[in-house]
Amino acid sequence: MYKILQKEKLAPSVYIMKVEAPLVARKAQPGQFIILRVYDMGERIPLTIADYDRDKGTITIVFQEVGKTTKLLAALEEGQYIQDFAGPLGKPSEFDGLKTVLAIGGGVGAAPLYPQVRRMHEMGIDVDVILGAKSKDYLILTEEIKPFCRNMYIATDDGSVGYHGFVSDVLKKLVEEDGQTYDRVIAIGPLIMMKVVSGMTKQYNIPTIVSMNPIMMDGTGMCGACRVKVGDEVKHACVDGPDFDGHLVDFDEAMRRQAFYRDEEGLALHTLEEGGQCQCH
Amino acid sequence: MPLKLERTPMREQDPVQRRRNFDEVALGYSPDEAIREAQRCIQCKHPFCVEGCPVHVQIPQFIKLITEGRFEDAAQKIKETNNLPAVCGRVCPQEEQCEARCVLNRKGQSVAIGRLERFAADYQMKKGIPDPERPIKIGKKVAVIGSGPAGLTAAADLAKLGYDVTVFESFHELGGVLVYGIPEFRLPKALVKQEIEFLKRLGVKFVTNVIVGNTLTIDDLFDDGYQAVFIGTGAGLPKFMDIPGESLNGVYSANEYLTRVNLMKAYLFPKADTPIKKAHKVAVVGGGNVAMDAARCALRLDADEVHIVYRRSEAEMPARAEEVHHAKEEGIIFDLLTNPIRIIGENGRVTGMECIKMELGEPDASGRRRPVPVKGSEFIMEVDAVIMALGTTPNPLIAATTHGLEIQPWGGIIADEATGATSRPGVYAGGDAVTGAATVILAMGAGKKAAAAIHEYLEGKK
Ligand SMILES: Cc1cc2nc3c(=O)[nH]c(=O)nc-3n(C[C@H](O)[C@H](O)[C@H](O)COP(=O)(O)OP(=O)(O)OC[C@H]3O[C@@H](n4cnc5c(N)ncnc54)[C@H](O)[C@@H]3O)c2cc1C
Ligand SMILES: Cc1cc2nc3c(=O)[nH]c(=O)nc-3n(C[C@H](O)[C@H](O)[C@H](O)COP(=O)(O)OP(=O)(O)OC[C@H]3O[C@@H](n4cnc5c(N)ncnc54)[C@H](O)[C@@H]3O)c2cc1C
Ligand code: SF4
Ligand code: SF4
Ligand code: FES
Ligand SMILES: [Mg+2]
Repeated sequence: MYKILQKEKLAPSVYIMKVEAPLVARKAQPGQFIILRVYDMGERIPLTIADYDRDKGTITIVFQEVGKTTKLLAALEEGQYIQDFAGPLGKPSEFDGLKTVLAIGGGVGAAPLYPQVRRMHEMGIDVDVILGAKSKDYLILTEEIKPFCRNMYIATDDGSVGYHGFVSDVLKKLVEEDGQTYDRVIAIGPLIMMKVVSGMTKQYNIPTIVSMNPIMMDGTGMCGACRVKVGDEVKHACVDGPDFDGHLVDFDEAMRRQAFYRDEEGLALHTLEEGGQCQCH
Repeated sequence: MPLKLERTPMREQDPVQRRRNFDEVALGYSPDEAIREAQRCIQCKHPFCVEGCPVHVQIPQFIKLITEGRFEDAAQKIKETNNLPAVCGRVCPQEEQCEARCVLNRKGQSVAIGRLERFAADYQMKKGIPDPERPIKIGKKVAVIGSGPAGLTAAADLAKLGYDVTVFESFHELGGVLVYGIPEFRLPKALVKQEIEFLKRLGVKFVTNVIVGNTLTIDDLFDDGYQAVFIGTGAGLPKFMDIPGESLNGVYSANEYLTRVNLMKAYLFPKADTPIKKAHKVAVVGGGNVAMDAARCALRLDADEVHIVYRRSEAEMPARAEEVHHAKEEGIIFDLLTNPIRIIGENGRVTGMECIKMELGEPDASGRRRPVPVKGSEFIMEVDAVIMALGTTPNPLIAATTHGLEIQPWGGIIADEATGATSRPGVYAGGDAVTGAATVILAMGAGKKAAAAIHEYLEGKK
């Protein structure tokens, strides 16, 4: 059992939690994730490590309520426990040899970006950051990320703050109008956003790393649920990733695979809501 | 006493009923039936059956105790050499091991050693397993990685010798393949739980959610004061065929399918949160125990039709005869000498599988006749789920993060057969992680040998 030490609402349906998990904290690196199970009949879901504190033995996660498991998780309060919490999983992100990077986060994608930007800052890399969200209320972690980046650009779908439009519009402006050059683009967010960004950076010839989020179960390479087509190869995102070359990923297939259990997920959510309160305590 | 030639049959759930439920198929002997069957054993002076058992269970001795109605003593007798009799009595390939060597096998049917083993173990479990003698601690720590049969056996033996044993398991549940692979209807999970409870009573500590290689490394374990390590991490990596269409929705590895169903209890969805897609017509590719289990699970998840697609003939099928028989009784269709060449889909979902007919040619490296495609025999099977049960290999995670640990080109850890010693001092390994996918009892045997070798190693280090 893993104790929830802190919980806060960051935006509508988006929460940040600090969880006591000393073994995970001892080894966690930017780019890695954990897999948790809320209660004994729960499913295993992956969430990115948004922050870690080795001394205090804590891991921070940021998640959005989208279905049954994330709703059950959001219903837990400080002082309560998460049944299982395993990690760190996946390969740490690599930043060797980089000088200037553009990091793009869409929605909760800002959370995994945060420790990466901080690590790059520590390594002396100049990082520009674009954060995108539906509207002002949905922007997260801007203040946390700001101290570690050279420039921060904001884009909202409704224009309530920052640029009125998508992160890809800002990317276009930076590269095409301002003539900015980058050694690498890092894009983390919904598949469609990563696909669009990767399509553009391919034209600009900027190497691009995306963080894939396929359906996972064990997170150790043993089920194959998380397979992703990268170039001619089939990779397991949980052990070979989650970071991959955005110019090689087959996003259309990834989108189809991610949607496989839509009906069942809907049913699970429906039974939860019908049942009213969560049945786990 | 008259020699009875007929083996005492074991009651089973009716195939028509059981094909739609996850309750245990074989129901076990009653005390009377067990005694009747035990009396068939002629108590050989040189019991070949014992030689056939990889851990040398004292078979005539325990069977004699059953004839005397001393069922709990019989269980204790088995446990002198086999820590998990309730498991082995159910899943050992007895027909190739102990029972294959039984002298009565020639005259008719061998003594049903496995069923008797199961009976004694179940009887004892029902009565309540007596508390183990708490061994005197010798103040040395040993780490066991993986909680499958290899790890559990090593842990039990080391604990009995007085070591402080901690088992690290990457999953949230203990038992390895016994809980994530072999289905409830063949091996009830409550049984495995009880066996593990017993180890806890012996003083073994268990830590779940620790992926050695990620959460900590073998070097960390030594730094943390463990003086020896046993690796029993199994062979968990699935294989795919590398044919077109394998990334379509509805194509699973048997590992994924079975883990969803068994470990995550997707058969209870939506009461359990892990989903599984209902399929109407399922093809399972492969001919081993894993394929049989996947096919029988698919049937129990209400598929209308389930096919086993296997490229050789029934004689070459590696699955246990009993499980093939059970699968047939339940209505699984066997498409033998058939090999998939392509999976077909619409809108990203499986709709069919193109196969080709095979015929048997010359024997290959495995000594089995090699299947060769019959030209022009391609045909399309309409299916909406394909489960690949093609075998598994060890996970490279530990090998990649442990200095000086030598592995085979195919991923198996190199370990001495007699001791489990690896290329790294103090590190031992056994079970599927060393041999590739094998059997429960072989994994247990390896755990046992390694425990003895670890003891010798640590005694020497005094
Ligand atoms: C490596 C990785 C890191 C992730 N990090 C974060 C994060 O930091 N914050 C965050 O909010 N989300 C993250 N996700 C996504 C998160 O795992 C899903 O939102 C979550 O599983 C949804 O569960 P649910 O039951 O609430 O929703 P459901 O209604 O069951 O599913 C909603 C959608 O989530 C996806 N999903 C469902 N089950 C799984 C599963 N077992 N594994 C992966 N995806 C699934 C599917 O696309 C599905 O359509 C990450 C995913 C991956 C693979
Ligand atoms: C579906 C199926 C049916 C089978 N049917 C039979 C049968 O009828 N009869 C029979 O005799 N055999 C059968 N087998 C084979 C048998 O189950 C295995 O040979 C046996 O379980 C191997 O035992 P093991 O202890 O070596 O490994 P496993 O049982 O695989 O256990 C390994 C454990 O280690 C854990 N682990 C892996 N990596 C790590 C890590 N890095 N850190 C921590 N923990 C880790 C795993 O999660 C797992 O719990 C079957 C196998 C399958 C898959
Ligand atoms: S452990 Fe297996 S092989 Fe040995 S006697 Fe028991 S059933 Fe037979
Ligand atoms: S070989 Fe058969 S008859 Fe002889 S002791 Fe063993 S079980 Fe009994
Ligand atoms: S999640 Fe199972 S292999 Fe990656
Ligand atoms: Mg879900």
